Amino acid sequence: MAERMGFFTDTSVCIGCKACEVACKEWNDIPDDGFVFRATSYDNTGSLGASTWRHVAFIEERSRVPADQDRDGDDGSGGIEGWLMSSDVCKHCTHAACLDVCPTGALFRTEFGTVVVQADVCNGCGYCVPACPYGVIDRRERDGRAFKCTMCYDRQLGGLEPACAKACPTDSIQFGPLDELRARAAERVERLHGEGRPEARLYGDSPDDGVGGAAAFFLLLAEPEVYGLPPDPVVTTRDLPAMWRWAAGAALSLVGAVAVSFLSGGVLPGEGATGRTGARGRRGGWRR
Amino acid sequence: MVPEAEFRSYYGQPVIKSPVWHEPHMPAYLYLGGLSGAAAVMGVMAGLSGRDRLALTSRVTAALGATAGAAFLVAELGRPERFLNMLRVFKPTSPMSMGSWILAVHSGLTAVAAAPVLLATRPASRIAASLPAAVTASLPAAVTASLPAAVTASLPAAVTAVLPAAGDAASLASGVTGPLMATYTAVLLADTAVPAWHEAHRELPFLFAGSALAAAGAAGMLATPRAQAGPARAVAVLGAALETAAGAVLESRLGLVGEPYHQGRAGRLLRAARVLTAGGGLLAAVAGRGRVLTALSGLALTAGSLVTRFGILEAGRASAADPKYTVVPQRRRLEGEGRAPARAPARMWP
Repeated sequence: MAERMGFFTDTSVCIGCKACEVACKEWNDIPDDGFVFRATSYDNTGSLGASTWRHVAFIEERSRVPADQDRDGDDGSGGIEGWLMSSDVCKHCTHAACLDVCPTGALFRTEFGTVVVQADVCNGCGYCVPACPYGVIDRRERDGRAFKCTMCYDRQLGGLEPACAKACPTDSIQFGPLDELRARAAERVERLHGEGRPEARLYGDSPDDGVGGAAAFFLLLAEPEVYGLPPDPVVTTRDLPAMWRWAAGAALSLVGAVAVSFLSGGVLPGEGATGRTGARGRRGGWRR
Repeated sequence: MVPEAEFRSYYGQPVIKSPVWHEPHMPAYLYLGGLSGAAAVMGVMAGLSGRDRLALTSRVTAALGATAGAAFLVAELGRPERFLNMLRVFKPTSPMSMGSWILAVHSGLTAVAAAPVLLATRPASRIAASLPAAVTASLPAAVTASLPAAVTASLPAAVTAVLPAAGDAASLASGVTGPLMATYTAVLLADTAVPAWHEAHRELPFLFAGSALAAAGAAGMLATPRAQAGPARAVAVLGAALETAAGAVLESRLGLVGEPYHQGRAGRLLRAARVLTAGGGLLAAVAGRGRVLTALSGLALTAGSLVTRFGILEAGRASAADPKYTVVPQRRRLEGEGRAPARAPARMWP
């Protein structure tokens, strides 16, 4: 297996240009995902999905101080305190729920440690869609199959970096061996703290988190949920053994309930003779 | 009432994706799988205790439920022609993989179990007697009388001799696959990031087991002469009680995450299901007295079991659609573990 590769998305230098979205669409030949005017911000893409493998979130954060009391409030910003931009992508989790629950083996882990859907195997069961704790993978209804970021598996096989990272003009999206990226990210967040930006924090970098660490991790400038990311995602299959134990209990209860119903002779108010067919039936079992 | 939770989100958009499964496919499959699973167990018990007539009904119900359920499952796929890809791998980490194998084995077993009772080994009059009156009435008498005879005649004697034994063995085996069939679907739903489903992983299997028992009991009551349907009525009563109890525990334990179970469309569906199930269960307890009571009870329980499944799917959708249910419990978990500052810095960036 080759080295585990990853994305480090440093949102402190993201300018929201969406070159990553375009490059991803172009390289991977992804169909359009609708032309919707969302009227929330400069983001008209909305979210990741079957036909959106990079999504630039754009947050116009309003001031916590009412606009009329804000000293900067007369500059026409209408109480807007600042902009946050972040290019979201599949996290390629160490413990990937989509991969765990895929019943066909269409989702697999590549030699680069990434998680990829084999389009020629996927039968569109849709189970990976609600399993993902980040809401990344989705079923393309026109096509019937599930799609998501492959971290440009084909380009990696050819020794190239993924299209989004290649196109990023500010190196907000960095691609490389995961160990190197983690070290670089730790340095970067340290430096930002030194520059008086205590709000800088890494997201998804820790192998101790609920998904065992993400191969695509982020430097964020606000809580993850502000960017539409779950604050503490956990791979759903972590509780699977417990789920099966409860289901086993329920299955046994079902058998018990049926057994009780028959052994009691089905005697309920209004019950006349039991439904037995007579001595022959009892003795000979069910074979008449 | 749960106090309104404060949380932040990306313009109120959901964090996770809603289940993409369609109506009526998915809830119908959940119902039919439960019906078939519990009916298979009833078939075993009826056979072992010598209740031929109830065994016949149960075996046929189990086979029809599994077959129709499989059809809904295949129709739900984005690429139905690739349904056999489900059997490419055997994957314990995927409840859908395990479920596919369970369904494949269970539907095969129930079909073999039902074949002899429907085909060769019974006189035509008994077959006709086993069909609901409406079906029998709509067929010419000559057809109902001659069909089984024609089938029997066309089968080699060796086959007709082996069929009953194979059917009995298959029925016994379906007593093992049946309970799995009726409860694995709860794990299927719980093993997702949908908060209302995942957090309900203790109660959902019992809710589904109860719903399955009620459905199979109802089918047994409706399709078996009243004098012989006693155990089916008991199964229906116990199932309705289990479903009602599991639902009550689920809604009281989950707190904020459980809101979708009693709000909006899901709440309305589940309230309707509760009335139908509880009412049908109470009626079943006295249904031995009359034809009308039996029919009312059986239909109410069947509707209750079906509506429960629609309500559960809808609750999952509502739970996924509101970021509150994803963000707030995760935020509380982080703060409880002291892994995150309880309060964000007043000014978040320059």
